[in-house]
Amino acid sequence: MSYISKPKVAHPNMPRNSLGLTARDYEGAVSTLCAGCGHDSVTAAIVQAVFELNVEPHMLAKMSGIGCSSKTPAYFVNHAHGFNSVHGRMPSVTTGASAANRTLTYIGVSGDGDSLSIGVGQFVHAIRRNLNMCYIIENNGVYGLTKGQFSASADIGSKPKKGLPNQQEPIDPVSTALSLGATYIARGFSGDKEQLVPLIQGALLHEGFSLVDVISPCVTFNDHEGSTKSYAHTRQFYHHVVDTDYIAPAEEIKAAYAEGAAMPIELHDGSKIVLRKVYSDYEPTSRASAFKYLRERLNAGEIVTGLLYIDDSRGEMHDLMGNIDTPLSEYPLDKLHPGKEELKKILSRYR
Amino acid sequence: MAKVNDVVIKIGTVNGTGSASANGLLMKSIFRMGIPVVGKNYFPSNIQGLPTWYEIRVTGDGYHARSNRVDVMVAMNAQTYAKDLADVTPGGWFVYDSTWPRSQLLNRDDITVLGVPLSRMCNEHFEGARARILMKNIAYVGVLAALLDIDLDTITALIEETFASKRALIGSNMEAIRLGYDYASENFVCPLPSKVVAMDGTKGHIIIDGNTAAGLGCMYAGATVGAWYPITPSTSLMDAFRSFCSKYRIDPDSGKRTYCIIQAEDELAAIGMVLGASWNGARSFTPTSGPGISLMSEFLGFGYYAELPAVVFNVQRTGPSTGMPTRTQQADILSCAYASHGDTKHVLLFPADPGECFTMAQEAFDLAERLQTPVMVLSDLDIGMNDWMVPEFDFDDSKVPDRGKVLSADDLESMEKFYRYLDVDGDGIPYRTLPGTHPKGSYFTRGSGHTKYGGYTEDSDEYQDVVDRLLLKWETARSIVPQAEIQYSKFNNAALMSVGSSHAACTEALDRLKEQNIAVNYCRIRAFPFGASVKEFIEQHEVVYVVEQNRDAQLRALLMLDCDADPTRLVSLLHYNGMPLNAGFVVGKVLEERSKGQAA
Repeated sequence: MSYISKPKVAHPNMPRNSLGLTARDYEGAVSTLCAGCGHDSVTAAIVQAVFELNVEPHMLAKMSGIGCSSKTPAYFVNHAHGFNSVHGRMPSVTTGASAANRTLTYIGVSGDGDSLSIGVGQFVHAIRRNLNMCYIIENNGVYGLTKGQFSASADIGSKPKKGLPNQQEPIDPVSTALSLGATYIARGFSGDKEQLVPLIQGALLHEGFSLVDVISPCVTFNDHEGSTKSYAHTRQFYHHVVDTDYIAPAEEIKAAYAEGAAMPIELHDGSKIVLRKVYSDYEPTSRASAFKYLRERLNAGEIVTGLLYIDDSRGEMHDLMGNIDTPLSEYPLDKLHPGKEELKKILSRYR
Repeated sequence: MAKVNDVVIKIGTVNGTGSASANGLLMKSIFRMGIPVVGKNYFPSNIQGLPTWYEIRVTGDGYHARSNRVDVMVAMNAQTYAKDLADVTPGGWFVYDSTWPRSQLLNRDDITVLGVPLSRMCNEHFEGARARILMKNIAYVGVLAALLDIDLDTITALIEETFASKRALIGSNMEAIRLGYDYASENFVCPLPSKVVAMDGTKGHIIIDGNTAAGLGCMYAGATVGAWYPITPSTSLMDAFRSFCSKYRIDPDSGKRTYCIIQAEDELAAIGMVLGASWNGARSFTPTSGPGISLMSEFLGFGYYAELPAVVFNVQRTGPSTGMPTRTQQADILSCAYASHGDTKHVLLFPADPGECFTMAQEAFDLAERLQTPVMVLSDLDIGMNDWMVPEFDFDDSKVPDRGKVLSADDLESMEKFYRYLDVDGDGIPYRTLPGTHPKGSYFTRGSGHTKYGGYTEDSDEYQDVVDRLLLKWETARSIVPQAEIQYSKFNNAALMSVGSSHAACTEALDRLKEQNIAVNYCRIRAFPFGASVKEFIEQHEVVYVVEQNRDAQLRALLMLDCDADPTRLVSLLHYNGMPLNAGFVVGKVLEERSKGQAA
């Protein structure tokens, strides 16, 4: 992980957000990932997303597990709080963190090994709880730090640098999340920042579990011919199905959308995301039809991208439990017990 | 043998037949007569149909351990007649359901067999299979009331309290009591020589199990986040917390909850949630048992190194592996002390009874936040799930909980720069911030190598600097954890040492040894790391009998590791068959060891 801080050179005329901060203020340490790594592009998209959303850095919690992807929280928003936990266990730490303080914005960065192998149990249960977080999977089909073993998202027939092609059925995070009831499911490509930034913004603002699966090629171990997670393969087979635009709270929807194709969804802070259907018969609010379509395209070898499913009707974890709005960690301790006299009454039952 | 207020009653039934309420009624009636009692439940890892026993020791002397005697056996399970018959101490009584006479089988001539046609009487008086089974249990309470001279008015009052909201049941329960009582009075010489007589030995006391006490302690400590995965014998701890919270943790303004209980997908997730919540400043905890600790190990090491508070209750059961989930043991001492890879060690608290489960639950949160590290409370099945008579708990309304070194927004505002792992005060404990407090408070929490400033490192010196400072913190922990309870006289050169639930049998053993003119000193360990007084105590004696409930002498090993105790002085008395310890075992082993010493 990087310990080299980035020199802060801000041009006086750089755009500032409503907090008076520039995009530079949302950067982190210098990345130590390989040159050309898809993850660095995702990091850049996160920086732009939170800068534009005017997120107060110290109100952002960056959560991760172990792996190349999990290193990246060190590379964005220096002044946010970071929690680099143990392998595959970021969801549980985030669940506890959210339980204690529901007012922070939680962004988790994970990988296909971290989320789909060692941590698949925690990944699926965070979805079931509708934990209010933006969960990004930087998906490259391999283990990088241990030098190129297949992960659980490797496609059948995908060739490794050395050895035999993968023969096991891959775990697709998008269809997994869909089957488990995730309330915001998107897929992007690290090479398409224009599409990715609003997907992350919607995910950060959505109240509930938001998955952003990002195909993020590993230049060192999985970018060769025959790999289905290479830049070349992804560029050739990926399609936008539903694009999104982020509209800040005070702004009007200005863009001209074709009739029937645009679907604005109001978020809790008054902002909107507008879903633009590239395939007009795609239904991003129907689990059944989304599942059918995604499965068909997957079987055809296509990588469909965009905001693939959204359900803004279901409450997040705290709402499902009926918890107070203020952070539990801020509730005064002396109001959390009924005192000495009531203890006597409680204990009278045990006499 | 026959002595007033000194009788052990054992009831053998089939689990799932509702005998627990009858046994509770019996025990509480005796308690309400002012007579100290000890209750032990021996139950199978099963839902319905297997043998289960409840043992009530009536102890006018006020002891807290089980006894290895059975004076009155109530055998309600034909499957176990032979074993139950064999268990009765010579001179005792064996009560059974004589609806189906078993004179051939029940043929010991050194005890008295008393047949009561419980099934026949209940079938004649009650309708429906379920009611008949339940009332048969209540009827044996009536039989015992006559045999032992238990006050019927006390029983009546208890039944009326129990069914205050279901008054229709009072009549049938009383009828069942009467059936048993009258049959025994008419057919046997009542009361038996072993009987109970009202006394004044329970004032200011309650009967409670350790898990309920710990759950109550968590509520009083202000715990707001509880994460757990169900595991016997810890489950009732979270049940108790939930039940207290549902009454006392509803925000008066919004009507919403001021607590968050999460049933995790496994113990790995449970401890992850606890660490995430404590990182954000909530008092959070997880109850578990040995297998859960094994699964939590990686995260416990993370908590130690990243310096996050966490409170873990380990209600120990019999290992290794799945072991005997419904039997007790103290066999997780070493695995908890050193849970996780690398140089890791953890603060442990050892409650001896439910009273200490209540107080130590609160101390555990204070220590975890003060020391910024996981603290484990090592209870066990005997404490956690059995009914103990203990002094009524107290709570000091003026007590201010110790939240440790947490910087406020004002603190941060006035600071030049905040560094997470800097030892500012020289006690090995750095300052921490809570996310969202102030822009200057941000830091990166990680389990990878880090410097005292909180940055990532792979530099040897920078790494070592931090792990050495953690040792200094360990020494601070040693000085602030609960100190050992010591009874010392300079005239004794031998001593007993115990930990946790072994205390109850040991205090009784001290009295019994004294009756034989064997005076020994006593030390009860209450926490790890061990305070200086423990090391000194060992050095003051030629021999210290270390009593613990595991095979491998884990406490003894820990004494050698943590305070460099001389192993030749430490003689282990080990009890690890899964049953709660009794004083007779301790006395017998001490005598055996002494005779070895004399022979040599």
